Amino acid sequence: MPGFEFNGKFYETDDDGYLVNLDDWSVEVANYIAQQEGVEMTDAHWEVVNFLRDYYKEYKIAPMIKILIKEMKKMFGPEKGNNAYLYQLYPAGPALQACKIAGLPKPTGCV
Amino acid sequence: MAEEITTTEEKTVDKDIAALLTSPPKRAPEPTPELTGKIVKPKIVQGAAAHYKPHVAKPEIQEKLGFPGTLVENWQEAAVAKMRELLGKYKSLQVYMDICVRCGSCTDKCQYFLSTRDPKNMPAGRAELFRQVYRKYFTTEGKIFGKLAGAVDFDLSLLAEWYSYFHQCSQCRRCSLYCPYGIDTAEISMAAREIMDSIGLGQKYTNEIIGKVHELGNNLGMNEAALRNAIEFVEEEIEEDTGVPVKLPINEEDAEVLLVTPSADFFATPHLESLVGYAKVFHQAGINWTLSTTAAEAGNFGMFVGSYYHMQKIASRIKQAIEELRPKRLVVGECGHAWRVAYAFWNTLIGPFDMLNQKYPRPQHICEFTLDLINRGALKIDKSANDEFVVTFHDSCNVARATRMGDKPGGQFDIPRELIKAVTNKYVDMEYDTIRERTFCCGGGGGLLTDELIDVRVKGAMPRMQALHNVMETHGVNFMALICAICKAQFTKIMPKYGIPMEVAGGVHQLVGRAIVLGAKE
Repeated sequence: MPGFEFNGKFYETDDDGYLVNLDDWSVEVANYIAQQEGVEMTDAHWEVVNFLRDYYKEYKIAPMIKILIKEMKKMFGPEKGNNAYLYQLYPAGPALQACKIAGLPKPTGCV
Repeated sequence: MAEEITTTEEKTVDKDIAALLTSPPKRAPEPTPELTGKIVKPKIVQGAAAHYKPHVAKPEIQEKLGFPGTLVENWQEAAVAKMRELLGKYKSLQVYMDICVRCGSCTDKCQYFLSTRDPKNMPAGRAELFRQVYRKYFTTEGKIFGKLAGAVDFDLSLLAEWYSYFHQCSQCRRCSLYCPYGIDTAEISMAAREIMDSIGLGQKYTNEIIGKVHELGNNLGMNEAALRNAIEFVEEEIEEDTGVPVKLPINEEDAEVLLVTPSADFFATPHLESLVGYAKVFHQAGINWTLSTTAAEAGNFGMFVGSYYHMQKIASRIKQAIEELRPKRLVVGECGHAWRVAYAFWNTLIGPFDMLNQKYPRPQHICEFTLDLINRGALKIDKSANDEFVVTFHDSCNVARATRMGDKPGGQFDIPRELIKAVTNKYVDMEYDTIRERTFCCGGGGGLLTDELIDVRVKGAMPRMQALHNVMETHGVNFMALICAICKAQFTKIMPKYGIPMEVAGGVHQLVGRAIVLGAKE
């Protein structure tokens, strides 16, 4: 079974390292996954992660990128509410990195 | 002694099976092929692509689809039995097994061979993996002379090769175009996957998605609330942008048109921009239309795994939506393989469409639908809205080689181009060998659009990237228009690796949407 050990506990993931159980997520685990991804979590990173988690709780899927970017406009102002800033925060992309750190399953389909 | 040997052998077999079912550790990304401006026939490198392998589907994914959860114990026997069934059921497959004369026409036609240089990615090399087993169990010379007659035991190492190389085929059928006998390697690859599913060796990406469609009605797994939220968001965006309240009706009964489009259009960028385009077309033409929350998916991954059963089950949601909502026309959004399923299979799977208006194609492609409205003056177009773009068009493999649009031969090539030219001022085609029926696959079709195959996808895109890069250099092209959700996802992801910005890829209806003048009629 794929997964990782952290603080003496085993966390089950899918083959790409995404947490299988939404409830396994914690700030510490998120920090650990971010570290593995080479992402240093700042307040802006957390804002994105928290928004993703809230959206997922309501809709059982991550939001489309445009919804996320619109939210970022509200959070960080118009000059940072764009795709470029999102990729600056999460260089491997919002689905690949932000969702992974937020403990959400990877959106999959023709996306 | 004998017992001990058996145990060791069994242990080795167990280890081989475990290796087959497990994903290899994540590797560093391989270097992106260089853009030299030319697509050249490469020198062969044996086994260069042998390490690529998609994740194997877990038992819960497999069982939901009615496949064995994991590799069955008598898998070899079961695989041969399934092959027998398919050879009997599909005469084409039987013919393809027997008629290859090894002329070599196909060898340099596959984007995966051109970029990986592995001879098992030559179409005939790939098919040979299947033919070796066929000869062994179904031909007299193979049964008697074995290896001398090109017959090989279907053992675990050959099965591992099947799993690897039949998932390095995007079923784009470029090879079949150049085969003097018309051998369709895509069909062989579909049969191989069908056989592997039947023995419990399925691909995670495709099969998980098939499960999601069965459960929720779309590939992404969006429930109704998520779908409605996304659609409302698009309505708000259009109104903010244009000041015009363009609606995207949901589950409206008795509408003129039911639009079935890939669910990526409700989620991903740049897909969403085409959805905006469709909505503006309907709005401005004054045509009542609707989306359906239960049939919010044009895609049909059942085709990728050769499963007629799943293809039909997925398509049946559309039939049900037609019965419930009673639209007069059925229009399909920008999706390559979906248009193949819609154009070539829907009539058999869920037809005949007696309940639809017989004056119109059933189904009709959105490009044909929109072009017809423009030609009849039903839409006011301002081409200058796209003046920042020099546009080229990538023919999607499934649309190009498996379908048609409109009522003239070649409509699937001409209609999207005419539509682009009707909404832009600057259009350039890519080089002859890479367009129309000769088009290359984007590199991500046929169930390959998954992250663990990223190296295969980057390489597979190489021929298209060469051709695109050339027109970018020579003609200043900065927009490659697409009519496929997979192409859009694949290109936005891999183009940056070739130094091409992701914004260069976008939908045909993205251009249409920008050029439509809302609120005014001619």
